[in-house]
Amino acid sequence: MVNLVMTSSKSVRLTTSILRGNIRTRSRAIGANAERYLSIRPRPLHSPASRATNGQTIQSKIEFRRTFSSATAVAPLTRSSPAGDPAYQYASAYDPSTPEPDYPALGSTSKLNLFSAINAAMSTAMHTDPTAIVFGEDVAFGGVFRCSQNLLEKYGSHRVFNTPLSENGIAGMAVGYASAGGTAIGEIQFADYIFPAMDQIVNEMAKFRYRSGNQWNCGGVTLRAPCGAVGHGGLYHSQSPESYLAHTPGLVVVMPRGPRCAKGLLLSAIRSKDPVVFLEPKILYRASVEEVPDADYEIPLGKAEIIREGADVTVVGWGAQLRTLQKACELALKDGISCELIDLRTILPWDSETIIKSVMKTGKLVVSHEAPITCGFGAEVAATLQQECFFYLEAPIQRVCGYDTPFNLVFEKYYLPDEKKNLDAIRKVMDLSR
Amino acid sequence: RNNGYAISTPTNDQYAGDGIVSRAPGYGMAGIRVDGNDLFAVHAAVREARNYALETSSPVMIEAMTYRQGHHSTSDDSSRYRDGEEVRLATDVSDPIVRLDRFLERYGWMNETDVASVEDEERLAVLKAMEGAESRPDPSLSTMFEDVYWEKPPHLVRQEAGLRDHLRRHGVSFQ
Repeated sequence: MVNLVMTSSKSVRLTTSILRGNIRTRSRAIGANAERYLSIRPRPLHSPASRATNGQTIQSKIEFRRTFSSATAVAPLTRSSPAGDPAYQYASAYDPSTPEPDYPALGSTSKLNLFSAINAAMSTAMHTDPTAIVFGEDVAFGGVFRCSQNLLEKYGSHRVFNTPLSENGIAGMAVGYASAGGTAIGEIQFADYIFPAMDQIVNEMAKFRYRSGNQWNCGGVTLRAPCGAVGHGGLYHSQSPESYLAHTPGLVVVMPRGPRCAKGLLLSAIRSKDPVVFLEPKILYRASVEEVPDADYEIPLGKAEIIREGADVTVVGWGAQLRTLQKACELALKDGISCELIDLRTILPWDSETIIKSVMKTGKLVVSHEAPITCGFGAEVAATLQQECFFYLEAPIQRVCGYDTPFNLVFEKYYLPDEKKNLDAIRKVMDLSR
Repeated sequence: RNNGYAISTPTNDQYAGDGIVSRAPGYGMAGIRVDGNDLFAVHAAVREARNYALETSSPVMIEAMTYRQGHHSTSDDSSRYRDGEEVRLATDVSDPIVRLDRFLERYGWMNETDVASVEDEERLAVLKAMEGAESRPDPSLSTMFEDVYWEKPPHLVRQEAGLRDHLRRHGVSFQ
């Protein structure tokens, strides 16, 4: 395969000489010319700053392909470095110290619900990236939750189209399109239906970069799916499959808690260099309304957000569960317990640093999620925290989760980890720590 | 039953080949396509297919062609993706109930009054059944943890006990 680094004819000759010969002569050639390689400054593929001046123009939208994998990753969020230095910043794309967007500086906002914010993010992504396409079951007329409304009218039927009823087809097509350099925004109609696509997600999507030694990747994939309890969903319209997905190295899993972070996280996910599964809590599509900036902004992946500061107990959740946890924290406050509430936002790679810092302060942890408790993502959080913070913990870590049964219809309200169960867990850790 | 739609997706976005029955030979099966809105045709097709299956011990795929007159579900408004004219045409030309009614009338086996009284009878029966079902109490809470496995494993026994304890402490009544 040809390394298309079109910066100068010298580089093309260099590249060809590297392709000839065996692995030893090749690495010698690379080593001897390392400086020339390092002097080539690739830009994030989909960034408007892709054409930024650094003395060299990248003539076509072809991604720089490293012939060796020891170099550190490009950080897509370091476009505007304060020193104006366009060189690599070898920070990780999942660095939890990446700053949040400066919301006041973003200017005007609109009151949007979750599906409108998702719609706005997709529209922005399609506007800034001509290769972006949206596809899935019933997306052409606007989608069963209206997330893709008006996209067909704005961008045309060659970019917004229905697929047949085939989730492995949707995921597989996303992999193929992204591996050819495009931005594929696929929709799985309900997260409960993601399972036929698991082979494509786990065995193709997640392993694409690794198995090719970074010669190819399908970072342009974003798969969106509505997840979570909705009051009447039953077995197959209520599941939260984040822990199945989190068990997949190479994948990124994101879940927003509301419209404002959904837009920023979805834009980050679409523009991420890695394949992302973006889970949207469906109960929030209409129910959650927030002021969402009209501007194009991105929220860092791999970073948790402390949405409520506290001193006594650390409470961790994601998605719609945070509304329940806010209620529980309010009730706990009446007991004089001050809770620090943290939204994980990115399930994989997850921001353990923020949680660890918080638990070192409070000494107590409660994790809560709708998905069944056994092997839910709360188990990962609990295991890591006890390993890192054992001597800071004043009480056993509590997990308040769904039971180990399929998601039932009639008893949904008993099944869910509601604010009463979480309040009990918060009180319990306080009692145990005294 | 091929009714032309999967929510908003018409069949020409679903497959490029000749419907579903064309896949039967690909799987080594016999196949038959039938007008799904013709009661007698469907009966004949199924009867033949059944005989074939019993004689040869091999499967038959039946594709019954019809048209989805209504919305996909109560959360769907199909006027958002299809023309009312298309629905009216399909309904006028090929509504299976209407076709059967006309057939029965033509042979004098049923008339309008008969049809009306049968409809009333059946409507009442359905409403009574719904009423009966809705008035039944919720199932017992123990059913929530049953039938996950053949027998309840220890962790489910513990979780159920935890839930009952929680509900008792918070004064929530349950069965």
